Amino acid sequence: MSDFEAGDSLPELRVTPDAGLTKRYAEASGDPNPIHFDEDFAKSVGLPGCILHGLWSMAQVARAHTDVAGGDPRSLKRLAVQFRGMGFPEQEVVVTSTVKEAGDGRVVTETVAAQGDNQIIRNAEAELELS
Amino acid sequence: MSVRQRPPTRLPRRMALKTDAVGKEWAGDPFEVEAERIAKYADAVGEGNPVYHDAEAAKEAGFRDLVAPPMFAVVYQFPAMALAGVDPEVEMNIAQLVHGGQEFAWGEPVCAGDEISTTVTCKSIEERDGKGFYAFEAVSTNQDGAETVRGTWTNIVRGV
Repeated sequence: MSDFEAGDSLPELRVTPDAGLTKRYAEASGDPNPIHFDEDFAKSVGLPGCILHGLWSMAQVARAHTDVAGGDPRSLKRLAVQFRGMGFPEQEVVVTSTVKEAGDGRVVTETVAAQGDNQIIRNAEAELELS
Repeated sequence: MSVRQRPPTRLPRRMALKTDAVGKEWAGDPFEVEAERIAKYADAVGEGNPVYHDAEAAKEAGFRDLVAPPMFAVVYQFPAMALAGVDPEVEMNIAQLVHGGQEFAWGEPVCAGDEISTTVTCKSIEERDGKGFYAFEAVSTNQDGAETVRGTWTNIVRGV
């Protein structure tokens, strides 16, 4: 499991948030901002519609990494992301990670999360400990 | 003979971004971690691993109790971050605010029954390209004083 080398890819994670996801995530996370689940409100502030929570998308990047370590939450030591394009419900999110450094049971990756050509997270860097 | 007034050599200086809050700290109320909240969060982010849903499975895997996914850090840090966000001394224009970046460095896992304390510090307020960049560090510890996560939240306010 820890025999990754620089340039390797992590298994891709694909997930399509359903129409009700942003409401469920808002309740579970405690983020009250209605731009994520109130279509009329989102449009009233100039958005095309409800947008995904950046931190939900970041959680998909986290999951793509812990999955590599058999789902162990202790394996993820650090994750830094930059939020860019807006993400939308009912469109598939693809998380693609490339190994930048590997050695001594530690792997550092660079990750992009995208919906089609729209990169919603880029320059993500994760540090994973594989035992 | 009329003397033309010399045009000003430079434009009036624009009001600088208010940076008084740099260094200010906020302490959130202790956050009680409930098993139901962990499971609800895990469902919302698609984490089906039994260690997030079944206390026995978590204990078998070596955890003290039902364990939270790493990104559950947003749940227990959010209330403390909100204190900073609404502080008039920070003066962020919430209507123009976007979440620009996020970093977490994890320590001790968080389990059901834990009581997490979070302290937020305003690390920097800078203007770049007409935008305000606000960076906050949020450090969380559990009831035993062990650090569970160190977060850096970067907010961007457009058009400052």
